Amino acid sequence: MLEDFFKVVKKRFNDGEEEEKAPVFKCPRCQNTVLISRYLELNRVCPDCNYHGRLSAAERIKITVDKGSFSEINADMKSCNPIDFPEYTEKQETLRSETGLNDAVVTGTALIKGSPVVVGVMDSRYMMGSMGSVVGEKIARAFEYAAENKLPVVLFTCSGGARMQEGIVSLMQMAKTSGAVKLHSDAGGLYITVLTDPTTGGVTASFASLGDIIIAEPKVLVGFAGRRVIESTIKQRLPEDFQLAEFMQEKGFVDMIVERRKMRSTLSHLLKLHGYNAKEV
Amino acid sequence: MDEKKTAWERLQLVHLKGRPTINDYIPLVFTDFYEMHGDRLCGDDNAIIGGVARLDNMPVTIIAEVKGRDINENKNCNFAMPHPEGYRKALRLAKQAEKFHRPVICFIDTPGAFCGIAAEERGQGEAIARNIAEFMTLRTPIISIVLGEGGSGGALALGVCDELAMLENAQYSVVSPRGFASILWKDASREQEACDIMRITAEDMVQLGVAEAIIEEPLGGAHNDLDKISENIKEYLSQIIPEKCKKDIDVLLKERYTKFRKIGEFTE
Repeated sequence: MLEDFFKVVKKRFNDGEEEEKAPVFKCPRCQNTVLISRYLELNRVCPDCNYHGRLSAAERIKITVDKGSFSEINADMKSCNPIDFPEYTEKQETLRSETGLNDAVVTGTALIKGSPVVVGVMDSRYMMGSMGSVVGEKIARAFEYAAENKLPVVLFTCSGGARMQEGIVSLMQMAKTSGAVKLHSDAGGLYITVLTDPTTGGVTASFASLGDIIIAEPKVLVGFAGRRVIESTIKQRLPEDFQLAEFMQEKGFVDMIVERRKMRSTLSHLLKLHGYNAKEV
Repeated sequence: MDEKKTAWERLQLVHLKGRPTINDYIPLVFTDFYEMHGDRLCGDDNAIIGGVARLDNMPVTIIAEVKGRDINENKNCNFAMPHPEGYRKALRLAKQAEKFHRPVICFIDTPGAFCGIAAEERGQGEAIARNIAEFMTLRTPIISIVLGEGGSGGALALGVCDELAMLENAQYSVVSPRGFASILWKDASREQEACDIMRITAEDMVQLGVAEAIIEEPLGGAHNDLDKISENIKEYLSQIIPEKCKKDIDVLLKERYTKFRKIGEFTE
């Protein structure tokens, strides 16, 4: 017991020391440290264990689409407070100033190695990427726009699920978005889903599971119910790899697992294989 | 209509032992019910039953979540918490209805889709998503009725329809009030408070554009007069089904899409 105590003290002491040195990133998976600058250079991938950290929507767009090609749509859309949930409005105002986002998804048009696409990226920093009225509406509009203009859709998903603070209205966004995906699909459009960490709940149970092609980044969490919910329902511990992308691929729900550094070229190849070629200038 | 009750009081009625279930309603609302089993992929889920029957002589497809009336029935139907194969059976029967030009009637009564290892392994999320997307363009009328609990995605998987009706005391919500309190306030004991602010009653659903109709329950709740509540359900279906069947299917599908498309509150 005394030994444990000293370990804790030693750990605290070490933590303090680290903060004073050059800024480093400590990988939550392998616990190794790497200079932040190097980690960022690798687009938030750990050089030792290939851990893929979360990206902001802006970072994702920057590494995915052709430079200067992104044009955002519906940027100013903001959520109301449909069930008058206490402090929801204030919380959103704080998040807006902290993240520079208006809600948890950014949508727009762009080029990927010349191929025109409609692209959407969810951002976990905004209420864990949860889906309320704005996420639902922007995603539905993205698919409708793509159907109308015969464009493919590439969506990077990342979400805790439906946004509880909007009550039943958030649940209905699952129907709204899935309906729009179906409309785009029936019109012959290609939809590529890229599952990023984490994709769960009402987003898994709607548009994230409906891609013609479903890609996942390595080892990301993908599932319907949360781990703790399942553990408390079945009263037993779950295996470590439960609900990881590799597990979901084995069970038949993910087409391919693609590393971040290969994502842009993979998307480009798949788009071109489906006839979405670069526009001739 | 019953005297005004709070959402919490209604929730107690929905959870009341003795509240009628789909197995009570089928013989009183329909005739010639033949149950069909299995999803043709993996198995048969007793949390969802389905089959063909007649409503006023008209062939219809019934798909329903099943609550048990005692512990044995509840074990058999997993307390009305479906696995993916239940939703896939529902989709199979809905497609069958489309083929044979029968309207589909869905009865929703679930605390939610089951949260467990097998359910995740077999793609609970995908099964629900697929139903939502496919029901949106199913070329036959769909009417859904929430009998008691409309719990989250597990309810919505049978809830994409041309018209949604709520039994007077039924509730429909994104998560159970207990789950809501535990997630947002980290305190499950604030269940009652959550229940009263979440807007989960039949009236709330009509106001929010989620439901179109409320089916009146006998004084004190559905359990007080099974014949009367069954008659009210039948009366509602006998009026709405022919109305929807008369419509041009492309108009109906457009209206179905728009019904969900317009739900949401935002500014630009």
